[in-house]
Amino acid sequence: MAKRPVSSLLFDGSEWNFATLSRAYDAIEAIAIDEMGLNVYPNQIEIISSEQMLDAYSSVGMPLMYQHWSFGKRFVFESQLYQKGYRGLAYELVINSNPCITYLMEENTMPMQALVTAHAAFGHNHFFKNNYLFRQWTDASGILSYMDFAKKYIAKCEERHGLNAVEEILDSAHALQDHGVFHYRRPPRLSSAKEMERARERLEYEEQTYSDLWRTLPTAGGSSGTEEAEREALERTKVLNLPEENLLYFLEKHSLILEPWQREILRIVRVVAQYFYPQIQTKVMNEGCATFVHYSIINRLFDQGQISEGAMLELLSSHANVVFQPSFDDTRFSGINPYALGFAMMQDIKRICTEPTQEDRDWFPGISGNGNWMGTLIDAWENHRDESFILQYLSPALIRKFRLFRLSDHATNKFCEVTSIHNEQGYAAVRAALAGNYDLAANRPDIQVVDVDLLGDRQLRLKHVIKNGILLEENNRGATLAHISRLWGYEVSLAGIDVSTGKVLYECSSTQA
Amino acid sequence: MPNFIDRRLNPKDRSLGNRQRFFKRVREELKRTIRDQIKSDRITDVDAAHGVPIPKRGADEPSFQHSRASGERNYVLPGNETFSPGDRLNKPEKGGGGGAARPGRGENTDDFLFVLSREEVLDLFFEDLELPDMVKLNLRETVSYKSHRVGFSTVGTPCNINVGRTMRNSFGRRMALRRPSEREFQALAEEIAALEQEDEPSLQQRRRLSHLREELAAVERRRLRIAYVDPVDVRFNRFERQPLPNASAVMFCLMDVSASMGEREKDLAKRFFVLLHLFLKRRYERIDIVFIRHTDEAREVDEETFFFSKLSGGTVVSTALEEMLRIIEDRYPSNLWNIYAAQASDGDNANGDSDRCAELLREKLMRLCQYYAYVEIIDERESEIFGSTDNGTSLWRAYRTVDCVVPNFQMTRVARPADIYPVFRKLFARHQPVQLRR
Repeated sequence: MAKRPVSSLLFDGSEWNFATLSRAYDAIEAIAIDEMGLNVYPNQIEIISSEQMLDAYSSVGMPLMYQHWSFGKRFVFESQLYQKGYRGLAYELVINSNPCITYLMEENTMPMQALVTAHAAFGHNHFFKNNYLFRQWTDASGILSYMDFAKKYIAKCEERHGLNAVEEILDSAHALQDHGVFHYRRPPRLSSAKEMERARERLEYEEQTYSDLWRTLPTAGGSSGTEEAEREALERTKVLNLPEENLLYFLEKHSLILEPWQREILRIVRVVAQYFYPQIQTKVMNEGCATFVHYSIINRLFDQGQISEGAMLELLSSHANVVFQPSFDDTRFSGINPYALGFAMMQDIKRICTEPTQEDRDWFPGISGNGNWMGTLIDAWENHRDESFILQYLSPALIRKFRLFRLSDHATNKFCEVTSIHNEQGYAAVRAALAGNYDLAANRPDIQVVDVDLLGDRQLRLKHVIKNGILLEENNRGATLAHISRLWGYEVSLAGIDVSTGKVLYECSSTQA
Repeated sequence: MPNFIDRRLNPKDRSLGNRQRFFKRVREELKRTIRDQIKSDRITDVDAAHGVPIPKRGADEPSFQHSRASGERNYVLPGNETFSPGDRLNKPEKGGGGGAARPGRGENTDDFLFVLSREEVLDLFFEDLELPDMVKLNLRETVSYKSHRVGFSTVGTPCNINVGRTMRNSFGRRMALRRPSEREFQALAEEIAALEQEDEPSLQQRRRLSHLREELAAVERRRLRIAYVDPVDVRFNRFERQPLPNASAVMFCLMDVSASMGEREKDLAKRFFVLLHLFLKRRYERIDIVFIRHTDEAREVDEETFFFSKLSGGTVVSTALEEMLRIIEDRYPSNLWNIYAAQASDGDNANGDSDRCAELLREKLMRLCQYYAYVEIIDERESEIFGSTDNGTSLWRAYRTVDCVVPNFQMTRVARPADIYPVFRKLFARHQPVQLRR
């Protein structure tokens, strides 16, 4: 056994201080940047206590957040789970911002701090900076100042208009949070050119009211009634840019009853929802990337003799807990562990690049045996989200390893049917089904604004596009419609239309609820 | 090298505002739950922190959700051991699709508790209750004052000098009057010293020297004439004594501890008084409480003895009333004090004494008291027989005569622990707009 000089150890024992943290950081940085070629935002590492971690949890992980009772509810819930020992707290929390803020828990041992630094400050950080979703859809350098603005703005509104008025708007806006996201269109930037945008919005708004006024003038020639109505409807959809999938955006821009401050609050909720949307879409990849990075880095540190065997054992045990995937019939099973799946896929890609089997060559002709696993991974991290990543990179070998199977479930049947398992006929189907489960757009109800006659009854017509016959939960549907009608001010109706047959499966309205 | 920041010393309660907002939202529900809980629990438990289930009403956050009971889905699950394509798995009986496949999904808000602090519990518990008829507010001369700061004054004692304000004034005055600063003085002095060092000063230097000396003298004079701190600069913190509104009130707690009161009766009576005690302590900062217990003789005791010591003997209720009367005459002149009394008894009394009690009340005590509450503790079986009729023990019948003629006399019966809180609420419910200034 090679004898290592004692001085090469970064730290000794489990106690940490800022000197050891900083030494470990430098060693980790050297590996992450120079050897692995990661590209990260500058890091800001903050040490927090467990109470502060609970605080951060309840305000959806943001260091700055406006105040709302639902965060209080979440806090009570989380602290209960924690105090009763049902759930431990995360070792870290990382924020997609520039500089990238990482919170480390003070309770962590020094080896854990090193692991977590590698995981969050390099793994997640690299992912945030390079993944296309984050690059295109979020503004890491603007988010903190925007949240600061949001918090102050809402506090000011509470002062001016009363807690209850603000709470009502926030309640309604939160109910539509999932529908406050642009899925296809790129959202407008919240850059330093905020004022300019504000001016543009005002102009846009004036234009709209202006054109509405013009249309109240009697038209010269009277063509036939139905034709006229159709033409009008067409014009309406054009002016209002319908159909619109972003309900919050639509309400913010077109609701007739909202005051400017209420519109601004809707906008804040919408911006926050949009900011988090990429994180929900890349859970597996993001955690997989971070876990792969920390695993690679601690192994490298160990090989270089910079961490001791004892520390390494602690880290491996913790790593094994993180990537543990219980079977479906295990009492501990609660869905597929994104850490486990992500990490296994990254390891698998590395294997395919370096030691491919014949099967891998057949399935992944592009990357198998190319030897450049780091380059392949960096490319994958940059250009995929969970759905496309799984669809492209989940290998038969991994499906066998996880023993994945596909279970199809018709609500009307008394049984579920196993439709595919890990065999030659099943690989593609299992892979496609798993990818489909990570397609957020398909798993959230698809609801759009389709029509509204601003000069007529002002009824806001929504359409729910029903896929696979999955309807909406009725209690929630009624309550949510009530929230929409609070923001819209007039009747709101919702029609469920089956996507394959085009049949209307249900119709309901805010006045019935 | 990254930027390390130690946040541990930052304020912790960042969520406090959110928690308060949540609390406000579910307040009504929490109140109901707490009252139910305490009805079944030991009364003394009110005086502690409580875990209350998070009420669902008012705290749910609706959104469009896919219904589990419709449509078709595909799950991908790990850990297949025995299945082949085409195998069928029966769904569990209750619940719809995917029950087996997705256990532990979703937050169940029913099974976690909201821990309320003791203060919050008491606040919810005693909301809307108050002592009735708190009228003698201004009778007694206001004797207590509280001094608090109100601005500044030009006169005062040296210990109240406001240094900041004084120095600000002094600075302004010195600027306005162009008092030469120490630095200017030093500069002149140094220049003079430098010139004096010269062995053979030139004519120009000598002239300069004499000029400087004159200037120094002028500066010195000016500095003497314009004081650094002048009496006109001095400001004192001004305090004003504000009279504290003084609603002097005294509550007499009268309890029968004679042999006829069994364990159960005593327990119920004590529960009532514990509640009363807590309520008074919570709601009224300054209130005197007098504890009187009686068998065939009455004695004023302290809180500890009242609630915890054991004693038994015959029953003469009028002794307690006489004792109360004596104490009122002694210490609580009725023109100065709001007087309240609560009496608990099982209704048994020595022969003929009940009428005497009623007479004492009618003729003397009720003229002094703002409010008198009588709680009779009866058997659970009796409660069905008696109901709210006039039948009852001798004391009850005698007190009925008082109840008829005196409006601020209340009497009620308690048969089981669960009755206590409703009775208590009934006796102390807020009738009129708030009269008590706090």
